[in-house]
Amino acid sequence: MNAMTLRPRRRLWAYLPMTLLAVFFLFPIVFMLAASLKSDHQIFADMDSFRAFLPVGGISLDNYAAVFDRVPFWRFLGNTIFVTFMVTALGLVVNSLCGYALARMRWKGRAVVFAFIIATLILPFDTTIVPMVYLVANLPWIGFEGVRPVLEVGWLNTYHVQIIPFVVNAFAIFLFAQYFKSLPKGLEEAAAMDGAGWLRTYWRIIVPLSKPVFATVTILTVVTSPATWNAYLWPLMTVQSEELRPVMVGVQYFFQLDTSWGEVMAYISMITIPMVAVFIAFQRAFIQSIASAGMKD
Amino acid sequence: MQRRDLMKLAAASGGAALVGPALAACSASESAADGELLVWTHSAGNEEELAVTDQILESFNGGQDEYTVERESFPQDAYNDTVNAAALSGDLPDLLTVDGPNVPNWAWAGNLQPLDLPAELTDRFLPSTLGIFQDQLYSIGHWEAACSVFARESVLEAAGVRVPTIEEPWSREEFDEALERIAADTDYQWAIDLSTADIGEWYPYAYSPFLQSFGGDLLDRSTYLTAEGALNGEAALAWGRWFQGLFTGGFANIESPVGGEDFNQGKAAMAYMGNWGALPAMDLFDDVLFLPPPDLGTGPKIGGGSWQWAITSAADPAGANTFLEAALSDEFVADFSNAAGLIPATDAAAELTEHYASDGALRMMVDYSREFAVLRPETPAYTVISSVFTKYTGDIIHGGDVREALDAAVSEIDADIESNSGYGF
Amino acid sequence: MTIASTDRVAAEAAAVGRAPAPRRRRGDFSRSEQRAGAAFATPAVVLLLLFVVGPAVVSLAMSFTNARLVSPVAPEFVGLDNFRRAFTEDAVFTRSLLNTFLFAALVVPIQGGLGLVLALLVNQKIAGRNLFRTIYFLPVITSMVVISLLWRFLYQEDGLVNSALSMLTGGVWAGRAWLADPSTAMGAIVVMSVWQGVGFHMVIWLAGLQTIPEEVYEASALDGTTPWERFRYITLPLLKPTFVFVLITITIAAMSLFIQVDIMTGGGPLNSTSSIVYQIVQKGFQQQQIGYGAALSLVFFCIVLALALLQRRLTRDKD
Repeated sequence: MNAMTLRPRRRLWAYLPMTLLAVFFLFPIVFMLAASLKSDHQIFADMDSFRAFLPVGGISLDNYAAVFDRVPFWRFLGNTIFVTFMVTALGLVVNSLCGYALARMRWKGRAVVFAFIIATLILPFDTTIVPMVYLVANLPWIGFEGVRPVLEVGWLNTYHVQIIPFVVNAFAIFLFAQYFKSLPKGLEEAAAMDGAGWLRTYWRIIVPLSKPVFATVTILTVVTSPATWNAYLWPLMTVQSEELRPVMVGVQYFFQLDTSWGEVMAYISMITIPMVAVFIAFQRAFIQSIASAGMKD
Repeated sequence: MQRRDLMKLAAASGGAALVGPALAACSASESAADGELLVWTHSAGNEEELAVTDQILESFNGGQDEYTVERESFPQDAYNDTVNAAALSGDLPDLLTVDGPNVPNWAWAGNLQPLDLPAELTDRFLPSTLGIFQDQLYSIGHWEAACSVFARESVLEAAGVRVPTIEEPWSREEFDEALERIAADTDYQWAIDLSTADIGEWYPYAYSPFLQSFGGDLLDRSTYLTAEGALNGEAALAWGRWFQGLFTGGFANIESPVGGEDFNQGKAAMAYMGNWGALPAMDLFDDVLFLPPPDLGTGPKIGGGSWQWAITSAADPAGANTFLEAALSDEFVADFSNAAGLIPATDAAAELTEHYASDGALRMMVDYSREFAVLRPETPAYTVISSVFTKYTGDIIHGGDVREALDAAVSEIDADIESNSGYGF
Repeated sequence: MTIASTDRVAAEAAAVGRAPAPRRRRGDFSRSEQRAGAAFATPAVVLLLLFVVGPAVVSLAMSFTNARLVSPVAPEFVGLDNFRRAFTEDAVFTRSLLNTFLFAALVVPIQGGLGLVLALLVNQKIAGRNLFRTIYFLPVITSMVVISLLWRFLYQEDGLVNSALSMLTGGVWAGRAWLADPSTAMGAIVVMSVWQGVGFHMVIWLAGLQTIPEEVYEASALDGTTPWERFRYITLPLLKPTFVFVLITITIAAMSLFIQVDIMTGGGPLNSTSSIVYQIVQKGFQQQQIGYGAALSLVFFCIVLALALLQRRLTRDKD
């Protein structure tokens, strides 16, 4: 551990700013949880006092029960988990292979491809969504009727329209490449001596040595990709069937003419908590891999 | 985020070169005449409305063998985005719900086809529930909504303010005086709640009728080609200054939450609110009154045109019209009203409802709608007008220069109309 | 900590410990490497071309037309007219440019600096530091939509922020409508944005701190340096690569300011919070002028690219 060590007396002083900051970071979230247990009237009435943070007054789980009446919650959650899993898993394969080729293999066009990938980093998805919708509406797909394959046109209203466009991620490729560069030289030669091909070397030698970067990219994909946990606008535009909708779209179900804020708070609590769990599970590996991915130029 | 196209992150690029083929694609869409009809509604999450819609579908599907109707529902805030994306990609359903003022835009874009319904059916509907563009009927609604001034009798009495009637509404002077008296004589933080946080369609729906009552308008309706004079003439300026005064004078809260919440919480003495807030208000206060809006010069005005049904250009007209005709029965009109508190579109249906029958507690809403409703300008430019009006009314509310704001609004609206070659007017 | 380092040490040992690998014949090696390298990169490149570059090119083409989102009329080529309009007629866009720069100018140092402070705090060897790391990171994993909704509540005149300030000042604080006042709205959005994003950069700084070997500190402690001197002359210089990374990622994120504005203020009051991306969405989508919106997107892209290159150049020259 590289952490600086503190003498016991100063340790107390270390906790003071950390605790104050923790209060600052927690209060909106505590408010959300407390409000999820209250009626709308109660939420507004508590706004001007610290009662807003406390589960006091007529508290109940009614809002949570109401969520299940208004939204097919398990269906949405299942969809989000499936799409998130697929985007992340496919992304790990595609992006790490590309990162590996860029970091540790010599081939013609490598420099061009690397520059190209870095340039796409600053193209925000938000600004090209309209041509994207048109594009996916006209892409071909092989579907199946029974076992007979059929050519279909248009990806709308499917799972794959929520997955495939978001598999590749320039930032993830960059992180993989940086990390692979930091691995010791000569690994490939050693493997080649044993007669392993490139793919096998990658799979047997490189991947096992790179768990932290895989963890980082997993967290980054789940947290920041516009297609995973926060997927909202894209599924609204490309998925018409309620059966296929993800959780963020469900937030909108609560904004009716008479919005129930208690239900909103209950719902957003329900969709936030799984993320916290994922983070806690990967937190350690996450920090390490960014460390080893090394922000070296 | 309420009632608005939240997070239309979407954007700025794309598609127009693409629209031509997309439209062609949607008219050639597969759903031609196979007897299956797909209906889209904006009511996801609204259990009451959905229950009635499902009941209509069930009864129609069970009552004949030729057609089968299925439903898909979407959250209201992003509904317009969803439909625009579907139009872009040639994936429209057969029927869909549409917010009244958007009908001309969608009809002009080629997304809708005119309805083919018997006149004896449509004649029975409140005029503001019919979506007409260029003399063609494109949409029809089961219900209407109406705004009114919510106030408590005891409060008006305490402040010595006359209770207005539909025959004799408050004049502008009376209304201003009422606000001042309430502010002076009662303990309320605010005299009137205008729900300013609702920056979706609420601004043009709720506030442009005040402008119209002053004698201004969102657009010059003699030509539909310019907002010059209507939105920045003397009457409009007078409206802007008066409206701004409500906030600078401390009568209205600049950031009042959506849905008349300040009124419900007892922070505001009155509220300018839609009928959907009436039943909750009656539960909270036993002496709540639903008063006609003030006459600010040319008579009281309220916004007209709520959610309606339309048939898309992709649909088989025979099936879609058959379904609509069945769906528009008085029973269903009454069901929507009873389930969701909406104003029934026909008189016969009103008599079947609890609140809107001749002796119902909310009967006056029907009268307000009939007497005072003004439709938002029936032009494809409305999409832009709505967004521009919301933005610049926000500037006025926040203390911006009224003339500057209205002039800027006019120039943006006019530039859009011009760049679309007048939208066919 | 050390799945990575122990594994790596083991692998290194393995690699080094083996007899010198007989190199394959050179031509052979590079041909298979050439083929495999290109093959490994192909899926990613194809997907990028299809789903990132393709739409961007369409958008670029669109920016020279008067294209509409939905319209029965075919789009026409209008040359540079959209750009002329943006810079000469559209006062709101000009204001949005300035706002966005202001936002970035505030957020980049505050978020970067506070991130470093947090990293230093949770890098101490004390019990419960994982808990604090998780707490500070919580807002990052909460959806921005959710957070914007929450903070709009908190910032109201009778909201919790004012209640808290009033309590801390013993009732002196009168309370104000943070988001309704043109002089405070942008500041309020800055505070919320920093609150949301700083945890991410704390982790990045923390990662940088952990790459500094302990022996460096131990050596200097023997020389009798103060903690501040150690921080100033050892920690900071060694964090240089992290600094560049933090600077560029915060800048790109700050320039893309949108969701907060869309949900909390709608660009108001009086344009004081309108941002570039918010205008792109307003014009391109809400008002259906996608040609114009595409032109604004292009301007945005050029600005961000220029900033990223400039920062890279500046931070490199110091070496």
